[in-house]
Amino acid sequence: MNMTDYIGALPEFLLLALLCVVLLVGVFSADEDQNAAYWLAQFALLAVLVANTYIGARTRFVLFEGMYVRDPMAVVLKNFILAFAIIGLVYARDYLRARRIVSAEFYVLALMAVLGMMVLVSAGSLLTVYLGLELLSLSLYAMVAMHRDSAMASEAAMKYFVMGALASGLLLYGMSMLYGITGSVDISVVRNALAGGGESPLAAYALVFIVAGVAFKLGAVPFHMWVPDVYEGAPTAVTMFIATAPKMAAFAMAMRLLVDGLQPLSLDWQLMLTWLAVASMLLGNVVAIAQSNIKRMLAYSTIAHMGFLLLGMLSGSTGGYAGAMFYAIVYALMSLGAFGVVMLVAGEGSAEADRIQDFKGLSRRSPWFALVMLILMFSMAGVPPFAGFWAKWFVIKEVIAAGHVWLAGLAVFSSIIGAYYYLQVVRMMYFEPPEHVEEVHASGDTEIALSANGVAVLLLGVMPGLLMAVCIAAIRG
Amino acid sequence: MSNLPLLSICIWLPVTGGLWVLFAGAHAPALAVKKESLIISVATLLFSIPLYTGFDLSTAEMQFVERLPWIAVFDINYHLGIDGIALPLIILTTFTTVLVVLAGWEVVQDRAYQYYAAFLILEGLMVGVFAALDAILFYVFWEAMLIPMFIIIGVWGGKRRVYAAVKFFLYTFLGSVFMLVGLLYLYFKGGSFEILDMHKLPLALDAQKWLFVAFFLAFAVKIPMWPVHTWLPDAHVEAPTGGSVILAAIMLKMGGYGFLRFSLPIVPDGSHYFEGVMVALSLIAIVYIGFVALVQRDMKRLIAYSSISHMGFVTLGLFLVFRIMQHSGSAEGAIMGMTGGMVQMISHGFVSGALFLCVGVLYDRMHSREIADYGGVVNTMPKFASLTMLFVMANCGLPATSGFVGEFLVILASAKAGFWIAFLAAITLVLGAAYTLWMYKRVIFGAVANDAVAALRDIGCREQFILGALAIAVLLFGLWPAPLIDVMRASVENLVLNVVTSKLP
Repeated sequence: MNMTDYIGALPEFLLLALLCVVLLVGVFSADEDQNAAYWLAQFALLAVLVANTYIGARTRFVLFEGMYVRDPMAVVLKNFILAFAIIGLVYARDYLRARRIVSAEFYVLALMAVLGMMVLVSAGSLLTVYLGLELLSLSLYAMVAMHRDSAMASEAAMKYFVMGALASGLLLYGMSMLYGITGSVDISVVRNALAGGGESPLAAYALVFIVAGVAFKLGAVPFHMWVPDVYEGAPTAVTMFIATAPKMAAFAMAMRLLVDGLQPLSLDWQLMLTWLAVASMLLGNVVAIAQSNIKRMLAYSTIAHMGFLLLGMLSGSTGGYAGAMFYAIVYALMSLGAFGVVMLVAGEGSAEADRIQDFKGLSRRSPWFALVMLILMFSMAGVPPFAGFWAKWFVIKEVIAAGHVWLAGLAVFSSIIGAYYYLQVVRMMYFEPPEHVEEVHASGDTEIALSANGVAVLLLGVMPGLLMAVCIAAIRG
Repeated sequence: MSNLPLLSICIWLPVTGGLWVLFAGAHAPALAVKKESLIISVATLLFSIPLYTGFDLSTAEMQFVERLPWIAVFDINYHLGIDGIALPLIILTTFTTVLVVLAGWEVVQDRAYQYYAAFLILEGLMVGVFAALDAILFYVFWEAMLIPMFIIIGVWGGKRRVYAAVKFFLYTFLGSVFMLVGLLYLYFKGGSFEILDMHKLPLALDAQKWLFVAFFLAFAVKIPMWPVHTWLPDAHVEAPTGGSVILAAIMLKMGGYGFLRFSLPIVPDGSHYFEGVMVALSLIAIVYIGFVALVQRDMKRLIAYSSISHMGFVTLGLFLVFRIMQHSGSAEGAIMGMTGGMVQMISHGFVSGALFLCVGVLYDRMHSREIADYGGVVNTMPKFASLTMLFVMANCGLPATSGFVGEFLVILASAKAGFWIAFLAAITLVLGAAYTLWMYKRVIFGAVANDAVAALRDIGCREQFILGALAIAVLLFGLWPAPLIDVMRASVENLVLNVVTSKLP
């Protein structure tokens, strides 16, 4: 262990230090809106983003004797996690203030979750994976329960916690078996041991538990039960937080465990992921049609999107992993904007605007943000020229290159079903007369961030090449 | 002039203009928005004319080519170019859009700036579809087009607009996503997204069959062929007049264009294999849908069914190639059939667009599309009645109108493919005359049906200009179709040559 180890993990140390400061500021601040904590949290994220970019990584560095990995994929994903967390906090602030659930702890927990994601993304050993995952998950459980007076939020937190703990248990069980077979928790050692050991039924057994854990974090069918309840029950700001950056972290976890660690068993896990992907795409898209609550609808849409992401993973090629990474980033960006608009429509009062009906006539109340939501919805449906189209295009291309044309056909078929419910939102906004007359307003920084978010989805759709190249380079290492 | 990237201008001028109208128009007076939109659309039309004057008639090569790297990692290029098949369709697009902008002038009151923005963006995307030479670029334009059309039908449409808009979107989306899978498969086989490279790629018969089905889903829905035509009557009827015009005049042609650009040259053996099915479906469309049109009570619905029937002619002309080659052994008949199909597409663009505008003129005054609500319109609107007469005649394929040229060529070609095909195709002349003239008689002639009709005022300058421009086009191409046929000759000959050459490895 030497100095370079610490420099490689400097962004994480910096974040840890700053989040302690935020906690202290929150304790000693008398401000009800916790402005100091908010700005400090934003500063912390920005500083870590700068540090992370500045340190960078051209190739793969292994730190702390294999516990920690800093490679191009980790740097890119961390940057996006941090950037989306910054935008997410901007959106969340108005919402939390209006509902009087703002507290310094929210910001501390958010930073802690980001830290957990960063650890997860850089995990080089099974233990680090678990550490990062738990840091992330426990912060999220607490954030869901933040709204103490809401019975729904408490119920959602309880469900999330119980299901999450079970999934963590499964994952840990799988890891312990891997340790039993290979005698190490270091992911690269595990890989080499499995590659040399030939087919082992015990390894396949361990794999099942690992895949279950990963599928739970992604929210893939049949480990998806928590998603709709948590999305609906949690305060929208928290839902947005769960629906964005953690998906990128979950992708990284899948990469570290399945691709880096269990590559020798790739034929087995590709088959498992195939069925998870098929079930997720079909069930997610079909059930989403029946939803009248937009948060619940977006939850099922997430499930379907994660099915698409798995398509990239199961292709088993560099291009496929890059496609999945591109998908995770684009999905997080779209989801961020969509929940941003949901919070915007909810407005200043304490009421939620989580029924699809609440979007009626938005194009008259706010032509610009209706247009932003239109871009986001068509993007999620996979219609060009928006970013979501390229995400689907990328993974479907890789699936075909891997020889699964039938799977590509099934995927596009499910996206037709999916288009229906995204169209319903557009329909409410544009075709129906408004129920309320007042215009939709938010604070200046929210409006700017949300506009930029929508424009980014459009620009990424017109010029997707840059991000695609970044993802490919990141996966190649 | 020749150094300008004309195709890019014809795509991006209306798109950026439309975006500008969308952002600047919210607080601008409606008249200013309309004037801006008119200027943008007229400018686009003017920029598309040098495409014709500078076009080299002697070659089937792509002209006005522009090529820039777009997504370098996958070798996707911003590659534009036109041949004799795309050129007439592009000019049809820019021409029709000007008329559509004019047609909405007094009618559209609600959110007018969004209406005009949608049409301008749509125009650019449609030109993009016809000009794209990269399959992915083509697909992006092809799909993106659905968004403005969805909004146009859903916001400014009739009573059942929501149903029609969603049905329109899902139906066409359903078709095109499978085409995407097909295109990606072709990339996987050939390593290129260039459409022209795909034309040369050898493919096994099984792959060709599947690819044909994938393309068929996209293009047959769009054109539309029986039995996947059901979205069209709904969309046409519920769309505002401008939307119906664009749908009929241009969007349907994209299906035909797709067959010409993708199905026939990329999978000739697959097309040959399914040729019987295509001919049968075309004949069903011509005859059966002709009968369906006969019993319609709604004018727009009647014209919509007439469109499907006429598009049956187009697909018949395109897919007779194989049969004619078998029977006569010469390419001459095949070229004639394909040229007929192309001419029919252009002519139908003018005629059906004009008919929808005529219905729009009546609808603006009476707010009814029911044939039964009218009668004796000629007494109050003589100018309108005479112009409509011309379009109605063109729709029946009367000689000296553009409708005649295409139908005549296709029937002549089908005579070389077999008596019964020619016979069934020729039935359309009877049926077409029956449903169109009968509608005309019920609406225009007879005694004045009610007070509302008695109170009608005749068309004003604006409407006279729109219908007059279309009347000139219809007569011009009817009396002197040579310029149109000359433009497409080299490309069609080259295409027929490609189609009859097997691509089996």
